[in-house]
Amino acid sequence: MALLTIKELVLGYESRAILKPIDFQVNKGDYLFIVGENGSGKSTLMRTILHLQPPVSGQVIMGDGLKANEIGYLPQQTLVQRDFPASVTEVVLSGCQAHAGLRPFYTKEDREKARRAMEQMHITELAKRCYRELSGGQQQRVLLSRALCASGKLLLLDEPVSGLDPKVTGEMYDLIGELHEKGLTVIMISHDISAAVRYATHILHIGEQVLFATNEEYRRSEIGRAFLKEVNYNG
Amino acid sequence: MDKLWMYLQLPMVQRALIVSTLIAFCSALLGVTLVLKRYSYIGDGLSHVAFGAMSVAAVVGLTNEMVLILPVTVICAILLLRTGQNTKIKGDALIAMVSVGALAIGYLLMNIFSTSSNLSGDVCTTLFGSTSILTLSVSEVWLCVILSVLVFIGFLFFYHKIFCVTFDESFARAVGMKVDLYHLMIAVMIAVIIVLAMNLVGSLLISALVIFPALSAMRLFKSFRDVTVFAVIMSLICTLTGILVSLLYSTPVGSTIVTVDAAGFLICFFVGKIRGGVRA
Ligand SMILES: Nc1ncnc2c1ncn2[C@@H]1O[C@H](COP(=O)(O)OP(=O)(O)OP(=O)(O)O)[C@@H](O)[C@H]1O
Ligand SMILES: [Mg+2]
Repeated sequence: MALLTIKELVLGYESRAILKPIDFQVNKGDYLFIVGENGSGKSTLMRTILHLQPPVSGQVIMGDGLKANEIGYLPQQTLVQRDFPASVTEVVLSGCQAHAGLRPFYTKEDREKARRAMEQMHITELAKRCYRELSGGQQQRVLLSRALCASGKLLLLDEPVSGLDPKVTGEMYDLIGELHEKGLTVIMISHDISAAVRYATHILHIGEQVLFATNEEYRRSEIGRAFLKEVNYNG
Repeated sequence: MDKLWMYLQLPMVQRALIVSTLIAFCSALLGVTLVLKRYSYIGDGLSHVAFGAMSVAAVVGLTNEMVLILPVTVICAILLLRTGQNTKIKGDALIAMVSVGALAIGYLLMNIFSTSSNLSGDVCTTLFGSTSILTLSVSEVWLCVILSVLVFIGFLFFYHKIFCVTFDESFARAVGMKVDLYHLMIAVMIAVIIVLAMNLVGSLLISALVIFPALSAMRLFKSFRDVTVFAVIMSLICTLTGILVSLLYSTPVGSTIVTVDAAGFLICFFVGKIRGGVRA
């Protein structure tokens, strides 16, 4: 059975659909890129997969014994109240809550995991800083570290590289690539189509037309060629 | 000083000190969450509900008023939270409705049924808590001790979860935490704290007791842990200072404590400004 099965899923708000029904499967070890224009419904899809909002109709089925607490998530936007006192370490560690169950404290392994995640995102020196006082890119890296702490089997990232400088962006892709090689399943929303065709095993294109294809198929498909060309012109 | 020493010998004063220490401690714990989660509204509403329940208890003639006040307040906390989640605006209106309604009904009941000759005095006591802290019975002290210990243990046990849920609710939900359950727990703890604090400062001033230490700490500290710890220390210092001052100068306990809290906030505010100015 697939890790995730999306069955005739209609996305929308207050039972108003924004897209045609979507069907696809994510298997263990897949690296799925979701691409599409602004406002096409990528974030909505991810939030629906996570049960953060209800679908208009259709189903999201978790298989392979996947449990919600084995999923890491990086939201596109995190609205944190003004003045929220939270240090970087506290935020990153809170990712470990996913597996903590009822345990009231963090274990040595949790702290080690958080330390490594922070190292990987180059925020070790920010550990004691207040989250609110960081730059946008720094905050993004903190939340990425938190997502890394949370992910057991599946990692969902909503535009993880937005706001990151080119060096960290490259390292981020390498890091996710490594984790993927080690068996982590990744679903990533991105406008970076060149990274998509470089790293993805599968690509889901949403918009006027919805296309779910393997990387190869996508590059050969009409939508894919058109989209790739368009992006290459612009960028 | 002699006068103070003499007061401290009285069992009544000792009891008051124990209870207020506990209340100060617990109320500061949840202050940060309350401030950040827009629960300050709920806190305020609940204190009015508690007032209404207290008047009903007084009218019915219950000897131990807590038996009624505590469950009513807890249930209201849960209900308010439930409805508040679905639709934000309606939730706020509902809280306002419930709290003002409870206040009005409470006062009306006291007015109609009260046998006391000094009605406005009674109402004033309930709203501003003037001396009820000094007239606690032993069983009330025990109830307070038990409830505070429960709140403290609950907070300690769920501290990291409360942080995670308060900081980013949708992340917590996405990674499979039982967010609704934790909200429920936070609401129950707040309700318990409010009922406890009613003895100390009266129902109108509870929010101040809960919120001031947290706000003060947030001027000076940047991590959740530091803010929580400092808020507790601040709350203890202000409350005890307030009580001693009120004993020495026979001022109303509740308002004295809250005044000291406000003064503490001002100090923290300026210290924060100066430090921030130096750093920038
Ligand atoms: N809370 C909401 N209520 C109603 N409609 C919404 C809401 N949030 C988003 N939408 C609509 O749903 C559509 C999809 O939004 P979504 O955020 O999923 O787009 P996206 O593909 O993630 O875009 P982007 O690339 O800008 O992140 C948009 O047309 C948007 O206007
Ligand atoms: Mg989006």
